[in-house]
Amino acid sequence: MQKKIIKSSIILLIIFIIGVFFVGLNKSSIYDTKNLVGKKISKIQLEHFAENRIITENDLKKNDFTLINFWASWCGPCREEHPILIKLNDEKNLKLLGVNFKDKKSNALAFLKDLGDPYDDLARDELGKHSINFGIYGIPESILINKNLVIIKKFIGPISKNDYDDIKNIVR
Amino acid sequence: MRTKVIIFFILINFNVVNATTFSIDSNKILKNLRCLVCQGQSVADSNSDFAQTIKIVVKDQINEGKSEKEIYDFLIEKYGEWIVYKPPFNKVNFVLWLFPYIALVSGGVIIFLFFKKRDNH
Repeated sequence: MQKKIIKSSIILLIIFIIGVFFVGLNKSSIYDTKNLVGKKISKIQLEHFAENRIITENDLKKNDFTLINFWASWCGPCREEHPILIKLNDEKNLKLLGVNFKDKKSNALAFLKDLGDPYDDLARDELGKHSINFGIYGIPESILINKNLVIIKKFIGPISKNDYDDIKNIVR
Repeated sequence: MRTKVIIFFILINFNVVNATTFSIDSNKILKNLRCLVCQGQSVADSNSDFAQTIKIVVKDQINEGKSEKEIYDFLIEKYGEWIVYKPPFNKVNFVLWLFPYIALVSGGVIIFLFFKKRDNH
């Protein structure tokens, strides 16, 4: 009887260890926040870049689709994705909301003057704390949301040509 | 008069004790938060941009009167359980939480059976 208990305990322990390794090793070790896809964003309170007003979820509900793009003039990869954002501005069903992240206003304006302004609306997050509400941990990051403020896709890093095609297919 | 003064000091002392008991230790929270862009550092230990922003957010939420649990829940909702070093007990990780206790009890049972068997011989 005792031998049986010891044997079963050892077998259970081995199964448990194998199970832990199996689950652990099958998990992606690259951290991202793409699990936010499908969730609704709320409590949006973004300071408008130029006007004295706050951008809230009511502003975003007016658009069929909104691409919220977090960028800064000091961010190299943001320059890389900028031409794609300008092309995305041509999409009728898509509005672009830029969030200028931890940046100097004058530098941001110079950046947009040099490379063009793709944004329908521009907000400012001087301390970066509003970006936490969007699960942002580095820039550039972009979030595609629909009318109901549900996250359809999250782009970590600069938007690529493939991402551009994806966005076009979704918003058409 | 003397009694009134004593009561006054007792009340003041009681308030001070209460204030310390109920205030949230921001450092404790920050130490339990993982800096997602660093190599094995907590938010408390890191000076990265991300860590500095999280520090501001945690401080703001404490000032707004949020509890420790509410702060963790907010950050877990945004960044997943990976952001906390000590994840909350739930259906996904309950085995990991319970395993040490199960191992302890099973070990005790095995040792008990082992000694019982030896005594019988």
